[in-house]
Amino acid sequence: MFKPVLLSVPADYLPMGIMFLIAVGFVLLVMVITHLLGPKRKSQIKTDTFECGIEAKGNSRIPFSIKYFLIAILFVLFDVEVIFMYPWAVNFRDMGLTGFIEMLLFLAMFLVGFFYIVRKGALKWE
Amino acid sequence: MANITKAPAGFEGPGFFATKIDSVVGLARKNSIWPLPFATSCCGIEFMATMASHYDLGRFGSERLSFSPRQADLLMVMGTIAKKMGPVLRQVYEQMAEPRWVLSVGACASSGGIFDTYSVLQGIDRIIPVDVYVPGCPPRPEQILDGIIKIQELVASESIRRRDSAEYKELLASYGMQ
Repeated sequence: MFKPVLLSVPADYLPMGIMFLIAVGFVLLVMVITHLLGPKRKSQIKTDTFECGIEAKGNSRIPFSIKYFLIAILFVLFDVEVIFMYPWAVNFRDMGLTGFIEMLLFLAMFLVGFFYIVRKGALKWE
Repeated sequence: MANITKAPAGFEGPGFFATKIDSVVGLARKNSIWPLPFATSCCGIEFMATMASHYDLGRFGSERLSFSPRQADLLMVMGTIAKKMGPVLRQVYEQMAEPRWVLSVGACASSGGIFDTYSVLQGIDRIIPVDVYVPGCPPRPEQILDGIIKIQELVASESIRRRDSAEYKELLASYGMQ
């Protein structure tokens, strides 16, 4: 009669559970010990915002122009495009004419986007 | 193999080693001091040389500078501290986490140096407690390293109870700190 052989049973994963407990326990233990052993001193000045020793003025969470965000995001977009050009530049000779044409297509696609944002006036600061 | 550091004095037997927690903590702290450079003038330039490859402060476990007092162990004051800068230095010191040490580098930080004038603080120990003074105008990187080694000796031998002691609280109180 055929009897299936279980290759693994849930109990086999017990060591992993123990390992996990030890890992978490070690982190907790070290944190508790450091907090017990480490000296600390709390005062008004100590807990103040650190502004390089200069008195903090106002709140940093203030609304500012959305234009900064737009420019920053567009910069990241075109910055990444330049990063794509690096591996191509390294393999410029190997990839030959095919690579060059593919890069031109890639750039053309980006130029479409570029013209789009220019026409939309996203780069207009004033 | 290079002998990085020696084990602290303790009781050794087959398969075990027992020592004071003071020495272990001291050993660990001593070799991982994170300095906060407070460089205001030419001593700061000497400090840059100290950090660079030739003198390499990293050999002493201090290659990681902390520009936030929250993570710094050692405040290195390098340069002339004008009276206007005094409160800033004091604020930075007070915002450092315990335990903290102060190294006063150069004649200006230690005593005002050649600037015996109305506008210059005549030594930073007038506003914050200083652990080690490094003389020189400006001191050579070797001297700064010597100061760091002196700080390391202090750190290694410090009792872990010192920062809670009445003596230390009195010292801070004498500077008007809590």
